[in-house]
Amino acid sequence: MAPIVRMNGINKRFLGVDALKDIDLELHAGEVHALVGENGAGKSTLMKILAGAHRPDTGTIVLNGQLVSFASPVHAQRAGIAIVHQEMTLLPDRSVAENVYLGREPVRRGHVDRARMQAATADLLDRLGERGITPRTPVRRLPVAQQQVVEIVKALSMDARVIAMDEPTAALAEHEVELLYDLVGRLRADGIAVLYVSHRMREVFDLSQRITVLKDGALVTSAATTEMTPDQLVRAMVGRPLDAMFPDRAKTRGPVRVSVRGGGNERLRDITIDLAAGEIVGLAGLQGAGRSAVARALTGVDPLTRGEVEVDDRPVRIRSPRAAIRHGIAHVTEDRKGEGLALRQTVRDNTMLVRNAVFGRSRIDVDRLLGSVGLAAGRTGQEVRFLSGGNQQKVVLAKWLAVAPKVLVADEPTRGIDVGAKRGVYELLRELACSGVAILMISSELPELIGMSDRILVMRDGHLAGELPAGSSEEAVMALATGSGA
Amino acid sequence: MTATQAAQPVRHNATSRGRVTPTLMVYLALVVLLVVGSVLVAMRGGVLLDHGGILNILTRSTVLGLVAIGQTMVILTGSLDLSPAYLIGLCSLIAAETMAGDPGMVVPAVLLTVGFAALVGLVNGLVITALKVNAFIATLGVALIIRGYLENTYTGPAGSVPRGFQHLGYDRIGPVPLSTVVMLVIAVAVWWYLTRTKGGYHVYAVGGDAEVARLSGIRTGRTIVMTHVLCSVMAGLAALFLVSRLGSGAPLVGADGGYDLESIAAVVLGGTLLSGGRGGVAGTIGGVLILATLDTVFDDLGVTPFLKDVVRGAVLIVAVALYARSQLARRAR
Ligand SMILES: Nc1ncnc2c1ncn2[C@@H]1O[C@H](COP(=O)(O)OP(=O)(O)OP(=O)(O)O)[C@@H](O)[C@H]1O
Ligand SMILES: [Mg+2]
Repeated sequence: MAPIVRMNGINKRFLGVDALKDIDLELHAGEVHALVGENGAGKSTLMKILAGAHRPDTGTIVLNGQLVSFASPVHAQRAGIAIVHQEMTLLPDRSVAENVYLGREPVRRGHVDRARMQAATADLLDRLGERGITPRTPVRRLPVAQQQVVEIVKALSMDARVIAMDEPTAALAEHEVELLYDLVGRLRADGIAVLYVSHRMREVFDLSQRITVLKDGALVTSAATTEMTPDQLVRAMVGRPLDAMFPDRAKTRGPVRVSVRGGGNERLRDITIDLAAGEIVGLAGLQGAGRSAVARALTGVDPLTRGEVEVDDRPVRIRSPRAAIRHGIAHVTEDRKGEGLALRQTVRDNTMLVRNAVFGRSRIDVDRLLGSVGLAAGRTGQEVRFLSGGNQQKVVLAKWLAVAPKVLVADEPTRGIDVGAKRGVYELLRELACSGVAILMISSELPELIGMSDRILVMRDGHLAGELPAGSSEEAVMALATGSGA
Repeated sequence: MTATQAAQPVRHNATSRGRVTPTLMVYLALVVLLVVGSVLVAMRGGVLLDHGGILNILTRSTVLGLVAIGQTMVILTGSLDLSPAYLIGLCSLIAAETMAGDPGMVVPAVLLTVGFAALVGLVNGLVITALKVNAFIATLGVALIIRGYLENTYTGPAGSVPRGFQHLGYDRIGPVPLSTVVMLVIAVAVWWYLTRTKGGYHVYAVGGDAEVARLSGIRTGRTIVMTHVLCSVMAGLAALFLVSRLGSGAPLVGADGGYDLESIAAVVLGGTLLSGGRGGVAGTIGGVLILATLDTVFDDLGVTPFLKDVVRGAVLIVAVALYARSQLARRAR
C-alpha cells in the first residue's frame, strides 16, 4: 500500500548544529510509527518539519502522492496533518472549547457559534472517555494530565489524517496512559497515521507497528516493531548496550534528615514522613492524590499550615522556597517550562540561578556539574530555550545540585529524558543518597519508582494510605493507591 | 480506575460562574462608593446623586470611557498605548480648524479627524509589529512627536465649531448626555465584538500567548495593528466630543485630562490584566465610573487636588492587589 506521507532526504541545520541529516520516513494509514532516540537526536525537529512549524533546508514531503511544502502549521493542518506538541500550547485563561477551536472558531451569522463549539468539544471528549472535563472550564484549572488530553482533542478536532504526537504520555499518570492507548487504537482503526515519539520503551513496543531510531540527527535503523527486541532498540539509540537499568539499593540507612509530623494544608492531611540520609523514598499515588502537593509543601511552594517539620533534628518552619533552600531542601520540579527554568537565559546562568540568589555569588565548576547530569560542556553558553526537551530537564537537575542539598525532592525527575540519560540520573540520585542526601522521589512510571525506591509511600486523597517495602509489585502499589482490595 | 473517575469530576467541573469575577468586584465597589459618597456629601449638606451630580459623573465618564474602551482592546492583546492624550489635542485642532465655524464643513471635518486618528493608530501598530519596537517605547515616541508638533505650532486654542455641532456635547436625553449614550453604545458594540466574534477571540489569544496564537493560524500582527487603529479612532471620537463642548480646538486638552495614564488606570481598575489575555470592556466601564464618581465626590467635598491624587493612587493599587489575590486563590487547586 502506498504511504500517506513520504519524507525524503530531509536536512536541517540550526546555527551550525546538524539537527537532521538526510532523513527518510514513511507513514502509512492505520499505522503507528514510533520515532525514538536520545535527547537532542532530532525527533521533535522532524515532527515540526512534517507539521509545518519548521522548513527543511533540503528534502521533500509527499502527501497522498503530491509534493507539498507548508509555509506554516496552519497549512499543514488544512492538509490534514496535526501535531501534539511536546511543550503545552494552550491558553490558560481560555476555556477548553475555545482552546480546541482556537483560530478555527465556527461562525454563524457574524458571531462565534459557542453552542456548536462546546457541543463538538464535548463529543470529542466523550470519544476519549474523558468525563472529568467540561468544555467551558478554563484550561488553567485542569491538572497537567488533563491539559494534555485537551491537546489531543485539539488535534482530533482538525479531522487530521496524520497525527504527530511528541511525548504525549510524558505528563500522564499510569491509568491515563491506558486511556491514551485506547485512543491511539481508535485512531488507527479510523485509518489515521500516527507518528509517535516517546522515551518509554514499553509504550513503543505496545503501540507501534514500525520503529525508526535517530541518533545525532541521523537515521540509525528503521524496522517493523516485531523484528526488534528492547535490547536491540536501546543499543541502537545509545550506541552501546546498557547493563542493569537501576543501580544497587542502599545497604545502610543514616540518621533522619527531615521529618514531618502530622503535616497538613488545603490539600493534605496527617502527613507523617521521615526521610533518612542515604535512602530514596518513592512517593506513589494516582494523579491528584497529593504527591506533588507533598513535594510543594516540603519545599515551601505551597507550605504546610499544620504540623511540625524538623531538619537534622532542629524544628524549622518552611514558609517559602527560599526558606526551604536555606534549610538545604531542593526541589526538582515537574513543570520545567513554567517553574523550573528561565528559558531566555543561558545554561550556565540557569544552573547558577538558585545558588547565586540564595547564597550569594560563588565559584563552582559548572562544566563538571553539567557533565555529571550528562550535558555536553559545549552547551554552557547556549540559551536554554534552544535545548531539546530532555536536555532542559537535565539543566533543572544541575541547578539544584549546585546548592549541595541535604534533602532532594524530585518530582518526575526523568520526565522526557532518554533511556541512556535516565540511567545516568538514576546513578546520580543513588550517588547523592550514598553521600548522605535524603531523597524523596515522585514518578508516574511505576517500574522506575519501584526500581529506585528503598521504600514506597502510597498516597490517596491527600493522605498517606500506606507504606510498601522495596521491590513491591505494581499491583500492590495500585491496590493501595486506589483503595481497592488489600 | 473507578476510584479516580469518581474523585476527579468534582474538582474540575467548576466553571467561572458563581465566582466573584473582577468585573463583579468593580461594580460592587462602585455601588459601595456611591453609597459612601452620598453619605459623606449629605453630611456636608449636599446631595451627590441629584440631577447635576449624575450629569457631572456621566460627562466625566464619557471622554475617559471612549479612550479606555480603545485602551482595553490594545491591552488585551498585550500591547499598550501612551499616545491618546496628545493625539486628542491634535485631533481637536484638526476638527475645529477644518470646521472653522462653517456648518457645511462638519462632515468633512469629522471624517478627516477620524481618518487622521486611524492613521496614527496604524503607525503605532506597524512600529510595534513590523519594526518590533516595544509598545511602551513605540507609542511614547509617537506621543512625543505629536507633542513636539503641537508645542511648535500652537500657543493656545484655535479654530471654532458651528453652533449646530455643539449639540453633540450638550444635548441630553433626560439626565443622560447624548455623548454618554453614544459612548455606551460603542462600549456594547466592542463588548459584543470581543466576546462573540472570531476577531475578538483572537484578541484574547494574542494577549494570552502570542506564539500559541501564531501556531494556531492567527495573524497576530494584524490583530495588534487593528486594535491600535481602533484605539486611536476612539481617541479621535473623544476629541470630537471635547471640541463640541469647548467650541474650539486646544493643543493640551488631552494632556491636561491625563487621558493616557488615566485610561490605562481605568482598564486595570476594571480587572483587565496589564499583560493581556484576560479582562474586558464591562470591567473597564466600571473602572471609568469609579474614577469619575471619586472625582465628583471630591469636588462636592472640596478636597484638595493633592489628596485627590493620593486617594486615586491608593484605590488603584488596592484594586490590583485584590485581583492578584483572587488569582492566587484560584491557582492553588
Ligand atoms: N530553534 C532551535 N534553535 C537552535 N537549535 C535548535 C532549535 N530547535 C532544536 N535545536 C537543536 O536541534 C537538535 C535536535 O533537537 P530536538 O528538539 O529535535 O531533539 P529531540 O530528539 O526532540 O530531543 P528530546 O527527546 O530531548 O525532546 C538539538 O541539538 C537542539 O538543541
Ligand atoms: Mg523533543
